[in-house]
Amino acid sequence: MINKPDKIIQKQLQGDVTSNSAFLADTDVAVIGGGVVGCAVARKMALKGASVVLIEKASDILDGASKGNSAILHTGFDAPVGTLEWQCVQRGYEEYLAIRKSFNLPLLKSGALVAAWTEEEESRFPDILKKGSENGVKDLGMLSRSEVLSREPNLSVDIRAAITVPREFVIDPWSTPLAYLMQALENGGKALFKAGVTGGEFTGSKWLLKTARGKVRARYVINCAGLYGDILDRDVLGSSEFTIKPRKGQFVVFDKAAHKLITSIILPVPTKRTKGIVLFPTIFGNLMVGPTAEEQEGRDDASVDRNILNELHAQAIKKLPALENIPVTATYAGIRSATERPEYRIIEDTERNWITLGGIRSTGLTSALGLAQHVYGLLLKKGAEFSEVANPSIPKVPNLAEHLPRDCETPDYGEIVCHCEMVTQREIKAVLESDLLPAGSLSGLKRRTRVTMGRCQGFYCSAHLAELTEGKFQEPIAVGETDE
Amino acid sequence: MSDTLKYDICDVAIIGGGPSGLAAATTLKKSGVERVVVLDRESVAGGVPRHCGHPPFGIVEYKRILSGPSYAKKIVKTAITAGVDIWLKTTVTSLGNEGRLTLISPDGPGALEANRVLIATGARETPRSARMISGQRPLGIYNTGALQSMIYLKKRVPFHRPLVVGTEIVSFSALFTCRKAGITPVALVEENKKTSVMWPIGYGTRLFGIPLLMNTSILSIQGHERVEMVKLSDKDGNEKDINCDGVLFTGQFIPESSLVRMSHLHINQITGEPIVDKYGRCSDPSYYAAGNVLFNPVKVAGKCWRAGQATAQWIVKDLMGTAKRKI
Repeated sequence: MINKPDKIIQKQLQGDVTSNSAFLADTDVAVIGGGVVGCAVARKMALKGASVVLIEKASDILDGASKGNSAILHTGFDAPVGTLEWQCVQRGYEEYLAIRKSFNLPLLKSGALVAAWTEEEESRFPDILKKGSENGVKDLGMLSRSEVLSREPNLSVDIRAAITVPREFVIDPWSTPLAYLMQALENGGKALFKAGVTGGEFTGSKWLLKTARGKVRARYVINCAGLYGDILDRDVLGSSEFTIKPRKGQFVVFDKAAHKLITSIILPVPTKRTKGIVLFPTIFGNLMVGPTAEEQEGRDDASVDRNILNELHAQAIKKLPALENIPVTATYAGIRSATERPEYRIIEDTERNWITLGGIRSTGLTSALGLAQHVYGLLLKKGAEFSEVANPSIPKVPNLAEHLPRDCETPDYGEIVCHCEMVTQREIKAVLESDLLPAGSLSGLKRRTRVTMGRCQGFYCSAHLAELTEGKFQEPIAVGETDE
Repeated sequence: MSDTLKYDICDVAIIGGGPSGLAAATTLKKSGVERVVVLDRESVAGGVPRHCGHPPFGIVEYKRILSGPSYAKKIVKTAITAGVDIWLKTTVTSLGNEGRLTLISPDGPGALEANRVLIATGARETPRSARMISGQRPLGIYNTGALQSMIYLKKRVPFHRPLVVGTEIVSFSALFTCRKAGITPVALVEENKKTSVMWPIGYGTRLFGIPLLMNTSILSIQGHERVEMVKLSDKDGNEKDINCDGVLFTGQFIPESSLVRMSHLHINQITGEPIVDKYGRCSDPSYYAAGNVLFNPVKVAGKCWRAGQATAQWIVKDLMGTAKRKI
């Protein structure tokens, strides 16, 4: 039986509650953190028939590490062999492809090339091929210089050779987790925003979590707090087995005119520390270069740096010379929740029914569904019993991919608000007025519609947007009215 | 979709209903061209003057001093009176060979085949991102265009104490707009040792009592939710923090030529404007361009109006088969 969410309660959970002593929910599973991992875990729990509450400290999902990733669906060809990360990437990859059409989630079948620009890089190809094969990615191939250039004629002639990864794809990094959480909510789950967890007590059978909005009782807690995962463990459990080492990645986004310059994701030959700087088409019709890998203290300081952006820009031009004449649309940085060790940090406190999913870095977008399967497996081992939802409701997300029909191609959309990204008034209103999961911030609205994310960056539409979003967000665009 | 596609033809299609586009349209009609269609993606035509609340507009065209919004209304009325068709909320999505345009409007996708097309899409200011400015990305960072639309069209203010960047003519316009809306800029900064334009900036900053910081560049923008502070540096590397709740990037206009960039037309790769001959004709002779999409630096409405008229006259001759075909 489908357990439809109570719309009134849902709205109440998203609105402002002044008292933090209020009792908000008694649930089987509490998922802390509304990033891609938290959204995927909440979905799995709801589908398996558990009652689930996702608890997020920000006013919308994807406010931490998940807001700035490379949007690549990884095959795991270069993952550490035999690790849990590799397993979750593979399972996540398969499940994404199996479910994505039902959610209306797009896929850009770009394929990837691991490109060697130096003799040294080329000398590592045998290792990469061997690792791919050990990881079960059997369709890797080799291209000579001339073969690479016939496939990607705009790449610099300095290219030496490449390994093809045919099933490495590009997806929508924000609609994907949104679809997961929407499905959780449509099938009985709840989401609680502006509810940072401040503490908790385990009473022997259940947790009583304290949040900024009130209390939540839960049998199991899944820590998906990403960049704050270690702090949450310390605050509630008393200690953490790992320390988050925030790793910033800056990106430069090129104008849509660049999209036609490459068809594949151009990967570097990976080094120990990072997958390196990637050139890739985005699902939204841009071309991007990034990310850098910069260790820093700040967990929420996603500052960009002019010198590094210029360096990224120059590197992109070196690999793809035609980019020299393409304007830059946007620059941004994401922060990966790396730890002091390279692997995922999945830690189970079996006595206290608490599972921490820590250290989920660059591969999280792909592995999230696999991690959710893994978590469900852990709960079953603990003897959890839920009855699976028979005919789960499947929400459709609006398409934002450039290569597929957009909302503005269907009449009666009101008017186009954002001309650069062709975002309609109908799309914006739908997200603002959603009963299930309205946007909680301007950034949330941007991620869900693309408004102001194009080449003019709000030159034309900020005023219109200020009017449309008035009274909707804690941090509004307009802070006052004119004197007259 | 093809069964719902709306198809139409016209003599001249004009992309953009600002001063140059409307001047061209009016001239074409007055010269006897039968069907002239102006395509404007906004819900009201008139272009940038719609949100420039201050004078002087209209001296060239009407021998009167008007505010931007009154001027915008007047040029629209002039065009309509002359018999121009203005299609609002209509976005041109591609420029095809020989004047074949694809469109999107709330009525659905459409196509318009024009004997000649005039690109009059104007210019916009370079945003923070393309300037590669360091720092965080909080709320409160805008261009003059966005600020003026907010104030004059929507009566709202996005900040109270912004830092204003740039010393072009438009920067003066920005100061005027701030003053009118009760916004007090904390300073005006200019990277160079001279202002981009001479008198209005010195005059304006003195008039409004705003510190003018020359030889000063932005090191980074700080702020979590909203802008809180900007780090500045002078030419000797002396750093200075300035508290503010917004940053207004003025000027550094670039042609609004993304349609051209995505099309078969030749473009000046560095400046981004369509390449035209002395008649304003593009590499595909069915296309012309006029106004601020070609002007660098950008010009005031009166000059764009004149440019639109001049190009329209060439289009008329071209349509009559009398224009010289040499490029």
